[in-house]
Amino acid sequence: MSSLLKNIIRFILFILLQVFILNEVPPLHQFIVPYVYFLFILWLPFTINRVLLMVIAFAFGLSLDFFTGTLGLHAAPCVLIAFIRPALLGLILPQETIEQSYSEPGIKSMGWAPYLLYIGLLTFVHHVYLVFIEWMQFGDILYFLGKVTGTTAISLLLILLAELLFHRKSKYRTNAA
Amino acid sequence: MKNIFLFIRRYFTFLSFLLLQIAAIILLSSSSPSHEAFFAAATSEMVGKIDERYSKLRNYFNLAETNRQLVEENNRLKNMLAANFQAPDSSRINFTDTIHRDTLGRFRKFTWLPARVIGNTVTLQTNFLTLERGSLQGVKKGMAVISPQGIVGVVVETSDNISKVMSLLHRNSRVSAMLKKDNNAGTIEWDGSDPAYLTLRNISKSAKIAKGDSVVTSTYSANFPSSLMVGTVADIIADPSSNFYTLKVKTATNFFSIQYVYLVENSRYNEQVALENNASRNP
Repeated sequence: MSSLLKNIIRFILFILLQVFILNEVPPLHQFIVPYVYFLFILWLPFTINRVLLMVIAFAFGLSLDFFTGTLGLHAAPCVLIAFIRPALLGLILPQETIEQSYSEPGIKSMGWAPYLLYIGLLTFVHHVYLVFIEWMQFGDILYFLGKVTGTTAISLLLILLAELLFHRKSKYRTNAA
Repeated sequence: MKNIFLFIRRYFTFLSFLLLQIAAIILLSSSSPSHEAFFAAATSEMVGKIDERYSKLRNYFNLAETNRQLVEENNRLKNMLAANFQAPDSSRINFTDTIHRDTLGRFRKFTWLPARVIGNTVTLQTNFLTLERGSLQGVKKGMAVISPQGIVGVVVETSDNISKVMSLLHRNSRVSAMLKKDNNAGTIEWDGSDPAYLTLRNISKSAKIAKGDSVVTSTYSANFPSSLMVGTVADIIADPSSNFYTLKVKTATNFFSIQYVYLVENSRYNEQVALENNASRNP
């Protein structure tokens, strides 16, 4: 399957998953909201133009916003992590080897520790920004800190579960491909 | 001029990042309070269609609960029928004055419309419901939305066939409510923590309140008819620094399983709101 087609299917699936399953889950606590939709952006291929990456992230966040009725609330953090992503990848990866041999970020292509760092940092940044925007409209500092911690923890848990349950075939890029 | 182009080319990535961020923030700030502008009718219709498909599937799981709610409501309404109230024997002629139709429209203030819920969230800080009934079917902005068990919210947006309702579970939702016992009025809000509990503010400390008291919509509201169930008092918090109680109210409506609602139109809504908002005439 081509990378484009795969990512289009992922786009739709992640939106549907977030809107119709995760947003419907009865809340355990006000701080714990299961977000995993932004994993779509983290899984996009290495070799993608930075500006294109941000435009995709914006469109992705906005299409989620259409469902939740809060225009721009999810689009802004998505654009932010899309902006940080290439720089972070450049920092934690040995440049030549991996980006050229694997197509997208994953446990296999990056190794456990760098991948966890990558996922963890971007998840944290995403939630800090998302909750910060919410917090600007209402709320107090305790709400901000609690919700960032709660949502980050539950997101990381869900992402790790997804990684363990769904084995992504990380394509090894050869010259022929 | 050349330098500007060089600058733009050099920082193109960062500039486009800023541009997208600003676009997102503008969208958010211009749509936030009850998100009216920018929400183009086209996207509303499209998202509404997807929601509708999904709700058709989900409907089956809630059928039992929906039936129970409707039976309960029917029972309550049947008990209020004029035929149930007949004095035993005091007079020979039994006369009940019930105006069913008001063809001239002089007396009727509220009109009720049924609607199916095709989208609903409870887990966010800003929760909305989507109804399968729009402006072509008589829905207007500001109409009250009521479930068989209690009040639900207010219509904030309509497209041709779909309308969007700001749920009581929205951080910006404000509804005037009163205690059923002694008509002390306050404001119903939501603190964003638990979808089963609302907050009733500005109830005077002179009011005698007990846990379990009913809270109903007040007579002051422009959207809601008075004396509709909101919830029951679950907790009483006396703030020592003010003269008001803050009450925790258990919602009468079960927001997790709303399937059908009623829309209530106040035919004098525009008149009342226009007059109330006309602050400049105050001396």
